[in-house]
Amino acid sequence: MENFTPYSALAGGALIGISVTLLLLFNGRIAGISGIMNGVFQAPKNDIAWRLIFLAGLIFGAFIFHLYLPGFNSPREHYPLLLLGIGGFLVGFGARMANGCISGHGICGIAKLSMRSIIATLTFMASGMITVYIIRHSLELGL
Amino acid sequence: MKHNAIALLCGMLFGIGLSLSRMVNPNKVLNFLDITGNWDPSLIFVMLGALPVAMIGFKSILKRPAPILAQKFQFVRKLSVNTSLIVGASIFGVGWGMSGYCPGPAVTGLGLLSFESVVMVITIYLGFFTYNRIFKE
Repeated sequence: MENFTPYSALAGGALIGISVTLLLLFNGRIAGISGIMNGVFQAPKNDIAWRLIFLAGLIFGAFIFHLYLPGFNSPREHYPLLLLGIGGFLVGFGARMANGCISGHGICGIAKLSMRSIIATLTFMASGMITVYIIRHSLELGL
Repeated sequence: MKHNAIALLCGMLFGIGLSLSRMVNPNKVLNFLDITGNWDPSLIFVMLGALPVAMIGFKSILKRPAPILAQKFQFVRKLSVNTSLIVGASIFGVGWGMSGYCPGPAVTGLGLLSFESVVMVITIYLGFFTYNRIFKE
């Protein structure tokens, strides 16, 4: 096992749990990032501002964290642009088709004990694991 | 106004959570998905940190007739497990495994001034638009 970091993962996860709980308690909304993103261009006019503010909060939170702990997460470099670009497209398309991503299904949906979300999350992981297996161990691209 | 302040607070907590848990690091995500290589199970611990909080929170919140600052709770309409869920989740997983990013870390990575995040956010939106166009949503 490489670079296993259970404590920071647990603590970071707890913060995410608090975030999704507060958004539901106060605003009645599910913190699914792909749904919030997509709604920026799809939702009614009076339902857009909070989405942009939430997304700005994500960026601002990470920016402040990075300011105080600059070496904690350094951006990856030299990863093939083609894998990123096609990957991003499939992530976006698939998230719309499945009606959610890791946050909406994996955290909020499972917390509601939704069978759909449990199955979606297991499928994300199985499909992701097969893909990484092919890229890292079958194609041997050295990534 | 108040609900926008909550959105900002929740966004920041989420962004700090993704940073602290290192899920903004795409190699960390790929190492989690690499079960036959140097497997890094940290992502499971992110869920183990988030789920108990959210489960207990959601359970007590949903006993309320309405949220504090809005008239009603807004959920996705109840759907059954169907083909588009499985196909969509499978397509998502391929993209996740190719890039190491899902939508949350893609946006959050902009705060680290990561070039990859810019590429990811643009292409994720291209995926959204393509789906919305095809299925006329």
